[in-house]
Amino acid sequence: MEQLAQQLVNGVLIGLVYSLLAIGLTLVWGVMNVLNFAHGDFLMIGMFISYWMYALAGVDPLFSIPVNAVALFLLGMFVYRFIISKVMSGPGLAQLVVTFGVSIFIANFAALIWTPNFRSIEHTLLSGTWDLSGVKLSIPKVVTSIGSVITSFLLFWFLRNTRTGKAILAVEMDREAATIMGINTERINSLSFAIGSALVGVAGALLATHYYIYPFVGGTFGLICFCIVALGGFGSIEGAFIAGILVGVVQTLGGYLFDPAYKLAIVFLMYLITVWIRPQGLRGW
Amino acid sequence: MHAITGKQLTAGGTALALLIILPLVVSSAFFQHVMILTFMFAMCGVAWSLMGGFAGMFSFGQVAFFGIGAYASSFLLLTFNISPWIGLLAGGIISALMAAAIGYPCSNLRGHYFAIASIAFAEIVRIVFNNWKLVGAAEGLTIPMLKESLANFMFHSSKLPYYYIMLAFLLLAVAVCYYVSTSKMGYYFRAIKESHEVAEVLGVNVVRYRLFAIMISAFLTSMAGTFYAQYILYIDPESVMILPISVQIVLVAMLGGASTVLGPAIGAAILIPLSEYTRAWLGYKGTGVDMIVYGTLITIISMYQPAGVWGSITHLMRRAK
Amino acid sequence: MSASLLLDVQGVSKYFGGLQANEDVSFQVNPGEIVSIIGPNGAGKSTLFSCVTGFHRVDRGRIFFKGREITNQKPHKIGKIGIARTFQVVQVISDMTVLENVMTGGFLKHTRVADVRRKCEEVLAFTGLIEKKSFNALALTISDKKRLEVSMALAMEPELLMLDESMAGLTPVELQEMIALIRKVRSRGVTVVVVEHVMEAVMELSDRVIVLNTGRKIVEGSPQEVVANPEVIRAYLGERYHAVRQ
Repeated sequence: MEQLAQQLVNGVLIGLVYSLLAIGLTLVWGVMNVLNFAHGDFLMIGMFISYWMYALAGVDPLFSIPVNAVALFLLGMFVYRFIISKVMSGPGLAQLVVTFGVSIFIANFAALIWTPNFRSIEHTLLSGTWDLSGVKLSIPKVVTSIGSVITSFLLFWFLRNTRTGKAILAVEMDREAATIMGINTERINSLSFAIGSALVGVAGALLATHYYIYPFVGGTFGLICFCIVALGGFGSIEGAFIAGILVGVVQTLGGYLFDPAYKLAIVFLMYLITVWIRPQGLRGW
Repeated sequence: MHAITGKQLTAGGTALALLIILPLVVSSAFFQHVMILTFMFAMCGVAWSLMGGFAGMFSFGQVAFFGIGAYASSFLLLTFNISPWIGLLAGGIISALMAAAIGYPCSNLRGHYFAIASIAFAEIVRIVFNNWKLVGAAEGLTIPMLKESLANFMFHSSKLPYYYIMLAFLLLAVAVCYYVSTSKMGYYFRAIKESHEVAEVLGVNVVRYRLFAIMISAFLTSMAGTFYAQYILYIDPESVMILPISVQIVLVAMLGGASTVLGPAIGAAILIPLSEYTRAWLGYKGTGVDMIVYGTLITIISMYQPAGVWGSITHLMRRAK
Repeated sequence: MSASLLLDVQGVSKYFGGLQANEDVSFQVNPGEIVSIIGPNGAGKSTLFSCVTGFHRVDRGRIFFKGREITNQKPHKIGKIGIARTFQVVQVISDMTVLENVMTGGFLKHTRVADVRRKCEEVLAFTGLIEKKSFNALALTISDKKRLEVSMALAMEPELLMLDESMAGLTPVELQEMIALIRKVRSRGVTVVVVEHVMEAVMELSDRVIVLNTGRKIVEGSPQEVVANPEVIRAYLGERYHAVRQ
């Protein structure tokens, strides 16, 4: 029973990180209908920025969060301006494939300059575990999850309460109407992509506190993200948040109850079953 | 799709004749290998365009059928000594049935939802095979060395037989695709691609025709997988069931022209030699430079020529009139 | 339930959550008629249309076509049985020519491609689009697109053609052309049911008019009867206008 509770808690903790990742992806999708295959690789870049700041300057990953956010924000803006915007008016297939190209490029470029080796950050400010009546909570994981929640809520707040944020929501709801209202949708596109990337950068810093860092780490996270975004309903930020937690829990519990080797398969199965029953995901539940 | 004109027939015949003579003239084993891979991906691309280009079902999970084809024939050969040719058929049937099994619940999925479902399906297949002791799990299967013969689907002394067999398979796929595209099924596929509602209103059983598309596509892709197994003689999940192969198939179709019959063949003719030769020249250090080039290539292609080469050719031809 | 009725709609009711879109609507259509269904916005015309053509399941009621029950059948089955329909927002197949679009409908009743092509060219001659048979469907004007939609439906060789607001957005000249086309369609032996807002077309075409309001059928009769009916006037123009007119 204790083990079950332990797994449940672990599931929620990783789920909250998934949530943060998924929110960035679904924001981009909702605003411009683009599924960013390179999302996981942006995460990888964020993780590496934190790693190098630690390895070269002794900066704790938590303090690299602002750097990550800014760096990935700029990267996102760059990728949007010079690559993605060029395919926006083309067929949907081109949009799907172009981010795949970017993904392959980034992952292999990283492998070239940093080698494919696994790295990790050993001594952070926060380490160790709490023992809460038998359930062990890894402190880095807990802080990561709290960081995720805080960042997510900051985003919610930004979208609902600032002028720019509301403009983003407007474009997400109805692009044409937003254009008629005078909103510069192209600017909103690049801003959303940049914000989505910044969120991933933050997630990267958080994950770097306890996860292995290597050039190809993005692949799996990216795929899981797609499932979460689809589960939450493409474009729904609240949906992505909840779906992230759900996937984290189901994946962890499933791996514990059945076979850890199938953890990823369980996530995919979850996606399939959900869209079979309810094609629009959790949206509107 | 229009009936073939005399001019097109002549052009096609010439191209075919060239392809038949080519390996006799260029005897480099590597070149022949690249051509064989090109034919293989062309076949998969043609199969993809049936469901993706025509019926609008953008699958990023074709590798599942490729892998199932490879494993089915190899397993039957290893365990029951069944001829790879029968294994070819068996693999195709199994793939088609699995395609129907996954396709049916996904009947209402379109666009990105369908794409992700296809990835989910293919990844589940890969993970299952990676852990399934019966088929070798992560270690895969090694196809036994049999006496060289057509019946054994095995040739040791030269790549030529493999070349011609793969070319024949490709021609079969092109013929099937062409036949479908000019028949009732082709029209119905294109209606489905436009809108499920429009198709239904015209009397099209959308669920049934989507299944046709996915099953035919799966069968053909599976044949390519069986060929691969008999050609390379070793298969494992990391070589026949990974996502990059699915993406390569989509790319090949997209580059050449996703909703045409011959487009994927052209796309393969450009992309495969490019990536194989890049890998040969740059990849040997294990640095992944070839993949960097590949990634750049994909990005540029998507940005500047999404309608595919076929689109450009027909555009130019129309301008020339 | 007479066997000579083409379409027999009995007590159809449809709810969406708390909203009652159709309540106990019944009407019949005889072979060879042109029947219009009219009513103010929100009257439930489109919902009724969708229920008959298989796009919505009914909550209550039954629908019969040529004596055979078709309640809740899937849309493609409805098409196969002999009912064709068009859409309010015209829908044609994008990457096909005009002829190919029509052929897609033609494959319902014929299998050989050459036969289908021939029959569909006849249809295009009938609807006046034969000159444009090789045009890409998207290159047509709205009026021609509507004509194309009708052609696609006719290629299915239906007994009943249901048109959803096909007069919307047409110029006066195009309107007359469309009216003429529908008359031609009826003279070919196809029964027509139209949902319409454009009263001019309703008056000129209809043998009978059915009026819906807030989900119910309120009046049925000849165009002249219906237009003079005080209840209908009230429904369209509101209580105050009617009171003023008294």
